[in-house]
Amino acid sequence: MADLRAEVAGVKLRNPTLLASGFLDETGGSMLRVFNAGAGGVVTKSVGPEPREGNLNPTVVELPVGLLNAVGLPNPGIADYEAEAKVAVSGGAAVIGSVYGRDAQEYAAVAKRMASYDVLAVELNLSCPHAKGLGTEIAQDPEAVEEITRAVKKVVHVPVWSKLSPNVADIASFADAAKRGGADAVTAINTVKSMAISADLKMPVLKNGYGGLSGPAIKPVGLRCVYEIFEAVDIPIVGVGGIETGADAIEYLMAGARAVQIGTALLRRGLDVFPRACAEMSTWMDANGYAKVGDLVGAAHGK
Amino acid sequence: MASRATQVVPLEDVVVECHDAKTYRFSADGEPRPGQFLMLWIPRRDEVPMAYSYLRNPMGITVREYGDATRALAAEAKKGYRVGVRGPYGNAFAIEGTRALAVAGGVGIASVIAAVEAFAEANIPIETAFGARTKDELMLLDRLKVAGAVHLATDDGTAGHHGFVTDVAAKLLAGGTFDMVLTCGPEVMMKKVVDAANGRGVPVQASLERYMKCGIGICDACVLDDRLVCADGPIFWGEALAESKDFGHWRRNICGQRVKA
Repeated sequence: MADLRAEVAGVKLRNPTLLASGFLDETGGSMLRVFNAGAGGVVTKSVGPEPREGNLNPTVVELPVGLLNAVGLPNPGIADYEAEAKVAVSGGAAVIGSVYGRDAQEYAAVAKRMASYDVLAVELNLSCPHAKGLGTEIAQDPEAVEEITRAVKKVVHVPVWSKLSPNVADIASFADAAKRGGADAVTAINTVKSMAISADLKMPVLKNGYGGLSGPAIKPVGLRCVYEIFEAVDIPIVGVGGIETGADAIEYLMAGARAVQIGTALLRRGLDVFPRACAEMSTWMDANGYAKVGDLVGAAHGK
Repeated sequence: MASRATQVVPLEDVVVECHDAKTYRFSADGEPRPGQFLMLWIPRRDEVPMAYSYLRNPMGITVREYGDATRALAAEAKKGYRVGVRGPYGNAFAIEGTRALAVAGGVGIASVIAAVEAFAEANIPIETAFGARTKDELMLLDRLKVAGAVHLATDDGTAGHHGFVTDVAAKLLAGGTFDMVLTCGPEVMMKKVVDAANGRGVPVQASLERYMKCGIGICDACVLDDRLVCADGPIFWGEALAESKDFGHWRRNICGQRVKA
């Protein structure tokens, strides 16, 4: 039996399949449910300094190729989120706390508070494509990525994962900026900026106009980004984008990821997506002579 | 991917049900079951969850004007007006038992009317206890009466029992012959119905409502304890609700904060 345990910058996980931020993670009860269903860990909803309503509906569009969303970072705020994190952490879940802010100071303040909730790591959402004034500008600016990461690293004692946007010309340069800021790992990728239009109504479907695309359509984009980062920057990578099966996860690991995150595939496989992906990974690894997850990491680079 | 794409459809009929509610009929793909819901896109306004009050084309929803979007819909929508629909979503009422009682409050009737008819079609005798603030708000009565006996209650005494529908329901349940209860209405009403049915050991199904964004089980906005009203519900059994800390007490606001219901 293949050993599915994974490790990302000192964060030990029982398996490499994490719940991606933004899915079933606004509340402690849901996060614990996902962990108990078999996820290796759960990344929280991105939490900010104050309660936030997010965007008006429509906020999601189901497409044949994936999911378009502009939920817009609704969250109860870091103070109220303590109760949610506590439910998940005290229930035994491996929790990674995702945070956002308007500037480095806010990111640092929220991250510091999040770290105090006994999360295993903090993930910086530097890349939300559908919350005005938050993320989009930061995602395009390597200096901001570096500055925010550095500000957070100064005040938290747990590992920091900087989550990067694919909506840039050269994602590796952003991974490098995160590394310069002291990031312990990078998560790649956030959703791909996209839109849907109703021809009948002659208007965008999302109230926000733009949204972020996730699901099968973006897997090749995510794989390319992880591969490029692995080639260019020596930093642990968490892969995310269109992962549903064990085969998808293995491809991401071979591109260079040490763990993966799953979100949109919940729509097709439900909470079983985690144990099923793990079982498929295990079967493939046994059949192909891989004893542990680490043996797969970066295998596609021929090094 | 199980694609339930947004369908933009013209309204085929708009029926005034009472002073603050209308039924909107349209034809769309999909085969909703009793108790399921759709996400109704009111262009330029909002998208909100609505139970199907008519299941077959032209399918329909019965909407109370409770906020900006639904008021705008009521003001603007006439035959030919185009809305977006996606669904059906959520679970459905179980049509089982040998004698059923539906307990509805206000526009909650829209969520149970299709189930009431389904019980009748399945030859399971069904009666309905239906309460509203005033006589005018007692909607869809013709369909209810075709399906079975109807017991009315109004807050102001303009029709039926002068008082709460829960009192009417309690009296009917005390008769001891019902072995299935379904309910939809204000949560404080449903809590009483569920407690009463649970207390008598009668299976009870309640259709719950929470603020929703996605409607498809991913965004966590509509959580009830650790269950999702959109994907695990909207219909929940009484035994699960008996263990719920949230039911009748707590809800999530639009930011996801847990607040008093």
